Amino acid sequence: MHEMSLAENVLQIIEESARTQNFRKVRCVVLEIGQLSAVEPDAMRFCFDAVMRGTLAEGAVLQIIETPGAGRCLACGATVAMQEPYGLCPCCDSPRLEITAGNLMRVKDLSVE
Amino acid sequence: MCATCGCGSRDVLIGGRRPARRGGALAFRASGSGTHAHDSANPAQLRIVQVERDLLAKNDEYAGANRRQLAGQGIFALNLVSSPGSGKTTLLVKTIDALNGALPLAVIEGDQQTENDAARIRAAGAPAIQINTGKGCHLDAQMIAQAMQQLDLREDSLLLIENVGNLVCPASFDLGEAHKVVILSVTEGEDKPLKYPDMFRAADLMLLNKCDLLPYLEFDADLAVAYARRVNPDLQVMRISAKSGEGMAEWLEWIRAGCRKAVISKLVEQVE
Repeated sequence: MHEMSLAENVLQIIEESARTQNFRKVRCVVLEIGQLSAVEPDAMRFCFDAVMRGTLAEGAVLQIIETPGAGRCLACGATVAMQEPYGLCPCCDSPRLEITAGNLMRVKDLSVE
Repeated sequence: MCATCGCGSRDVLIGGRRPARRGGALAFRASGSGTHAHDSANPAQLRIVQVERDLLAKNDEYAGANRRQLAGQGIFALNLVSSPGSGKTTLLVKTIDALNGALPLAVIEGDQQTENDAARIRAAGAPAIQINTGKGCHLDAQMIAQAMQQLDLREDSLLLIENVGNLVCPASFDLGEAHKVVILSVTEGEDKPLKYPDMFRAADLMLLNKCDLLPYLEFDADLAVAYARRVNPDLQVMRISAKSGEGMAEWLEWIRAGCRKAVISKLVEQVE
């Protein structure tokens, strides 16, 4: 739902990069979206196309790399795969899991001319 | 426009005025304006630019600046989040009634449309500014920065931010608050925390509101709390009714303690 404003943030990052890296056209945008980051890739695709229209990234290909969620059990130290932002440690049943991966959303790189 | 809820930011009003936004990203481009030539797509000219930037970096910068300003003024700020209809505004009005006079406070109200909530807060005797997010589904830190400027906040005060009624989007946006407080009312489902885990995980305190209605409902309060703690084992919970006053003393004392802590932190910071 907030993917629209996140897509606007993507555009802002692209425009700032265009100024510092000196390019005028973006052909491909690679986003890393963590599985636990509260972003729906399909909604992001839809919003991306709408927001990029009429900009230097109009028509750019959006590539989304979904990174898997992982956590660390604060009770026993086990590394735990996480599909949701909460869960129980498979080793000791503790609910105290600290998310260590898959909660980020970032622009990784751009293919530009 | 967003597929799910149509959110966007072109209709944002803060205190009835259209805010200036830095950077071009927040102004929507009209479809079809600015046509681009696609004739230079020679792959040989393509180069890869490493960016590695978080999508929320800008929001987090504003949130950090808000947090520093609030800390410098000894202000305790709370971000109240819930689904629509949980009783946030009534809770605020009752909180203002109880604290007003003893503790300076101000309110930032977030809604897609109308000044109704800010008017209710002002009628209760507190300065309030309304942010209308238009199609937007959450408040962001830049909106709060602008609203804080207009509010003329008092030193050592309480700032209550009522976010847009929505259990999804506001979870991701840090506003610079000390705590997110999630309000769940007993007229909702017990499993809301499992359905919207990000919000219950982001919150430090859950207010289970409208508890005066429990005798008339099949709502299992213990189960709701258990679900919330499954998502966030450290979540503090208070059972309240803004209407009957049940549990309000505990909530008010929690606020007063937070305000005292904010003032002490400010003084310690000044000494250092």
